[in-house]
Amino acid sequence: MNRSYEKTFSVEGGNFDNAGMASIEIKKILKDLQISDDVVRKAAIAVYESELNIISYARNGHITLYVTDDAVNVDVRDEGPGIEDIELAMKPGYSTATEQIRQMGFGAGMGLYNIKTCSDRFEISSTVGEGTHLSIKINRNGQ
Amino acid sequence: MKLGDVIEILEAKLLAGNERHRSLDVKTAFSADLMSDVLAFAKAGSLILTGLTTSQVVRTASILDAAAIIIVRGKIPAEETLKLAEELGIPLISTRYILFETSGRLYANGIVGCVEKIGGTANGAS
Repeated sequence: MNRSYEKTFSVEGGNFDNAGMASIEIKKILKDLQISDDVVRKAAIAVYESELNIISYARNGHITLYVTDDAVNVDVRDEGPGIEDIELAMKPGYSTATEQIRQMGFGAGMGLYNIKTCSDRFEISSTVGEGTHLSIKINRNGQ
Repeated sequence: MKLGDVIEILEAKLLAGNERHRSLDVKTAFSADLMSDVLAFAKAGSLILTGLTTSQVVRTASILDAAAIIIVRGKIPAEETLKLAEELGIPLISTRYILFETSGRLYANGIVGCVEKIGGTANGAS
């Protein structure tokens, strides 16, 4: 499959001031690639939630965007505490957020659930003490 | 309804944005202080009504292609938040009305929720 575009963004854990910067840049890139508004928005939300998760919980992480003819793919890898019970973490409303995260208006336990909702394919794997990996695919043409 | 009418109804101030934004057409809104919920449920082109004033509100509105941000309870965001709103081209309005009154006044004038209620999938409600 031809990869028409690929770029990796570094995200620093704990840097709340910059939360959302990578997502806004990725959104702009996707718009410039003339991807449909609906796909751009779904990708932007999924990336934003992923970015917030890295900032909120991990030491650092990388978000790789790769766009093919038929899909927008996002690969998220972080070095952090990992997730012990993925099924529980996916549940809407379940959260381990700190007060700092909540003060920003996040940590309502909607993040992973929201990423999954925006994705046509979503895979998550995690190793406690090492980190978490998300693989997100959003189809460009319909569902 | 035009954004200019919204500003008038709410006796509000346009803190970020320009005169051109006043002619923006708006039909729907979403009210919440939780940006997580805004991201999960708000729709493109909607007004975002909130009491939160951090720069995350602006970034969330930008990610969603929201029409404008309405800050309620008379709060004035920090200069940094306003600057970001200008940069990202998101109009930001401040009204002294509380969230309930702001929502009610807009609803009475024809603005509706961008979703009416949340279905059986979210929040574990089924």
